[in-house]
Formats: sequence, structure tokens, C-alpha cells
Amino acid sequence: MDNDIAPQNSKEADVTDNIDEQEAAAEKLQAAADLKAEYKELAIQGLWKNNPGLVQLLGLCPLLAVTSTVTNAIGLGVATMLVLICSNVTVSAIRHWVPKEIRIPIFVLIIAAFVTCVQLLMNAYTFGIYQSLGIFLPLIVTNCAIIGRAEAYASKNPVKQSAFDGLMMGLGFAIILIILGIVREILGQGTLFDGAELLLGDWATVLRIEVMQLDSQFLLAILPPGAFIAMGFLIALKNAIDNHIKTKKIVDKDLVIERVRVNFDS
Amino acid sequence: MAFWIASSPHNHNQTKTPNLMRLVIYAALPGVLAQWYFFGWGNLIHIALAMATALVCEFTVLSLRKKPISHELFDGSAFLTALLLGICLPALAPWWISVIGTMFAIVIVKQLYGGLGHNPFNPAMAGYVMLLVSFPLQMTLWQPPLSLVAVDLNFTNTLTTILTGFTLEGYSVEQIRTTIDGITMATPLDTLKTNTGLGLTVLESIESPVFGDNFALGWEWINAGFLLGGIFLIFKKAIAWQTPVSFLISLFICSFIGYSISPDSSASTMFHWFSGATMLGAFFILTDPVTGATSTKGRIVVGLLAGLLVYLIRTAGGYPDGIAFAILLCNMSAPLIDQYTRPRTYGHIKGDK
Repeated sequence: MDNDIAPQNSKEADVTDNIDEQEAAAEKLQAAADLKAEYKELAIQGLWKNNPGLVQLLGLCPLLAVTSTVTNAIGLGVATMLVLICSNVTVSAIRHWVPKEIRIPIFVLIIAAFVTCVQLLMNAYTFGIYQSLGIFLPLIVTNCAIIGRAEAYASKNPVKQSAFDGLMMGLGFAIILIILGIVREILGQGTLFDGAELLLGDWATVLRIEVMQLDSQFLLAILPPGAFIAMGFLIALKNAIDNHIKTKKIVDKDLVIERVRVNFDS
Repeated sequence: MAFWIASSPHNHNQTKTPNLMRLVIYAALPGVLAQWYFFGWGNLIHIALAMATALVCEFTVLSLRKKPISHELFDGSAFLTALLLGICLPALAPWWISVIGTMFAIVIVKQLYGGLGHNPFNPAMAGYVMLLVSFPLQMTLWQPPLSLVAVDLNFTNTLTTILTGFTLEGYSVEQIRTTIDGITMATPLDTLKTNTGLGLTVLESIESPVFGDNFALGWEWINAGFLLGGIFLIFKKAIAWQTPVSFLISLFICSFIGYSISPDSSASTMFHWFSGATMLGAFFILTDPVTGATSTKGRIVVGLLAGLLVYLIRTAGGYPDGIAFAILLCNMSAPLIDQYTRPRTYGHIKGDK
């Protein structure tokens, strides 16, 4: 930042011009900083504080149903993320022209259109995943996380931020899907990335890792109850980390206050 | 001098949790002994495995939760859970079955919900159902009674079968379960279910050796043992009589109706009473003070519901025995039943809140 005011300027107009310029520059800087802060906040909200899977508990139906393998989880995570970004962008772009009274049906139509696109794309390029995701792919339309973001964020904010918000929320959702998929696939089948070639093409068969050799599948981990239990553990872990950070922060604050007092007294 | 005024109850029953748990464990002994006599060492080994696992799991979770360890570790509830689970398991199931089942029962079903007194489901039954759903193959490896087994199943043979899957002579579990004619023997309930599905009548089905002379070879004496222990518990006032009695009556009525309508395709009332886990469920699991209903009327309703569910699952369900599922369903509905069968407060008119 260059804040020096040149002292030798004698003409008033020059000074005011200079001040105006400086104000404009400062505003610009401020706006840029705000934008940066907003992006940072969006990232933190999407990935951690307000994670659609862990905190909002939205879209649990696909989250619990299809995470029996990592491949399925990645497939659904990417599909949801794509739909979320596109729908956020579109909703944000048309936000000035959408009448308030009928905004929800319009949002649903937009989301449904994008879901259809993604579904057709997956049908064309990753047919195996398309089959194993089954009904849960078209059901992305009803995923509350997507319409929730359209309603809560994209309908009030500019396109760029909305796109970033969609990316972060989608990423947060996808990460939870993938973690659940990893846990359940290891517990259930003892493998990782089983069937990755369905998603990524033939080269991906090398990705398959045999973590442990199981005599028999641990069906509970593959069935939905196992997903509920694993999800519960994930949420508990997140809350434990949050609590840990909170207690640490309080300790830090106490220390700061003590130092200030000492300084004033002396 | 001041009068020390205390509110009711004035008459305290000095029983503590460990004493009650010990009493229930003692009461289960006749049934366990009958099981040992007819089916050999398998269940005793599983009970020992489950108890050791329960101890370790309980200790770990209690120390993680910073609870008084010696006080809660030896209150007997974990041992009772392990005992009940060990009794329920197929005698020749692999060792990790009882370990995983007990871990699930103690850590997830009991301690994660807040420990003894806070668990909505009976830990032993939830563990059993988890195993049944997760490992259907291993959980149906029922061992026929010793008198029908061609292999000599002594202690070491049973132990090696549980640990490695083979006896010392190299017989696999499948071979132990197979008769000389090469037919795999199942439990009486399972046999009946399969045969009825194949279109055989009950009279034709009970020709099979697993049914023995009366209802179900071995099983009838195990059930009689648990009935004896249950009556002892009622006599000692450790459990309320309403639950088991209403459960058995309900099962009796259901099976009687079924038998009256089509005697060829439904088993007799006494077969339903004295096979599977009927008596164990009636006296030892359904009467769990934590997960069952608490009011007198509520207990009767829970018993009736459980009897109906057991009959329905046994006759129309996918699994041969339905005690565990029925009890979990009753555990779920117990709070609701309690809500609607709240006893009238003394001095209040009915319907007056």
C-alpha cells in the first residue's frame, strides 16, 4: 500500500483529485479485501463450519445410500458438485428477474435441468457408475443441500461468489461422501477404489488396493445401518475437534488478558 | 430435637445392581448347563470369549469417558450381556463372531448411548441382530445336538473348530453338520421353515432326527432350563411376571390359531414354546428393566406384542427364529407403550392430568 500524501502539492484541485483518487483506491482495496474475506469465509463455511453433510445434515439419503464404495462416492460427489455449481451460477445470474413468489419452482426446474444434463453425461461416459448409482442420480434434484444453497446464498449474491460457494459446498459434501466411502469399503470388503475403472476408464484398475483380506464381507458396513453409524462417528469426531479448538482458544484469551493487566499496572 | 422427615418410599430394597445381575446370571445356569449337555462346549467357549471381550471393551470405554472404572466395570451388566450373547450364538461359529458381536453390543449399543440405564436397545440382542445381518453365513452354522454328530466333539475339538474352522482330525464345520446320508442338519425351526416352503407337512417334517422324540431334540431341555431359571427369578422378584407370562400366552394364542386353521403347515403350540430362544427371550431378555416397558399394563402390552411378532417372524418372515428382532421392535415401541399405559396417580380421577 502506498499511502504517502505528497506534501509539495499546492493547487487545491490537485489535492482534492488526489484525495478522491486515494479514496477510490482505498475503497477498491477495501472491496478487494472484503471479497477475499468473503471467499475465505465461503470456503470455511462450505468445507467445515457449515458442511452440508456433517453440520446441515442435508442430502443424507444419497449420502447414506451410495457410499458403500469409494468409486460410487466419488461419482455421486462429483455429480452433486457439478449440479450445485451450475445451479448456483444460473440462479444467481437470473436473480433480478425471478419473481419472489414463484422462485422455488424456478429453482427446482433449473436444478432438474442440470441434473438431467449430468445424468445423460454419466449415462454416456461412465455407464457402470450410472448403473450402480441408480435412482440416486436423478434424486440429486431433491437434494436439499442444492436448493438450500440456491435459496440461501445464490439468489442474493453475484455470480462469481455463488459459483465459488457452489464449489465449496459441493466439495464439502463430496469429501464427506468419499470419507464415508473409504471407511465403509475398507470395513465391508477390505478394498479401496474397487471398480474405479467404471468411473475413470480402464487405466484405473491399477488403483484398486487390497487393504486387508476378509474371509467374508462385513455386511453391516455395506448396508445403510453401517452408514448411519459411521456418519455418527464422523459427526462426533467433528464436534470433538471443534470443542478442542474452543477450549484452546479460551485458554489463549485468558493469557492475553493477563498480559494486558500486567502492562497497565506497571 | 427435630424430627427427621423423609419423603416416600420408606421401605428400601437394599438390592444393588451387581447383586441383581449376579442373580440373573445364576438363574441362566440351568439353561446353559442343558446347552452344554446337548450341544457340547461351543457355547461355553463363546461365552468365555464374549466375557473377556466385554471386560476389555467396557474398561476401554469407561476410561475414555472418565467414569469410575472399578464401580461400573464390575456391576455385572457387561458380563450378563456377554453371557446372553454367548448363549445365542451358534456353537461352532468362528471366534471373531463373538468378539465383534460383544464389541458392538458394549461399545455402540450400550456405552455410546450413555452406559447402563440409558441404552434404548438390549445390547445382547442388538449385537446378535447385527451379527445375523452382517454375517448370515457364519450365523447359520448351527451345530446339531451331540447325539446326532458323527465327529467326537470334545473340548479341544470344539476349541480348534471355533479358532480355525477345523477339528483336530481336519473335519470342517460343514462336515460336522452333515449326517451320514450327506444331508446338512439345521435347527428344528429352520428345518420346519424350509420343509414347509418345500410343501411338506409338519408331520412329515418332524420325521427328521433334529426333532427328537418330543418337540426339538436338545432345545426343549434348554428351554426348560431357562423356564426353571425364569421362575426362580420371578420367585425372587428380580423380574416382573407380567412380561414373560403375557409373551408366552400371546405366542400360545397365535400358534393355536395358526394350528387350528391349518394343522398341516403350522407347528404345534408347544413346539413354539420349547424351541428356539423362546424361554430365554421371555424370561431373560424381554424383562430387561432398562429397555422394556415400566408400567404393569405396559409390560403386558409389550409381552403380547412380542409374542405376536415372534409368531409372525417365525411363520412368515425370512429368518427361522424371530426372538431377537421381535425384542428390538418391542424395545423401540416401549417408550410409546409406557406413554399410553401410565398408571393413574393415587387420588386422581382417570383422564385427569
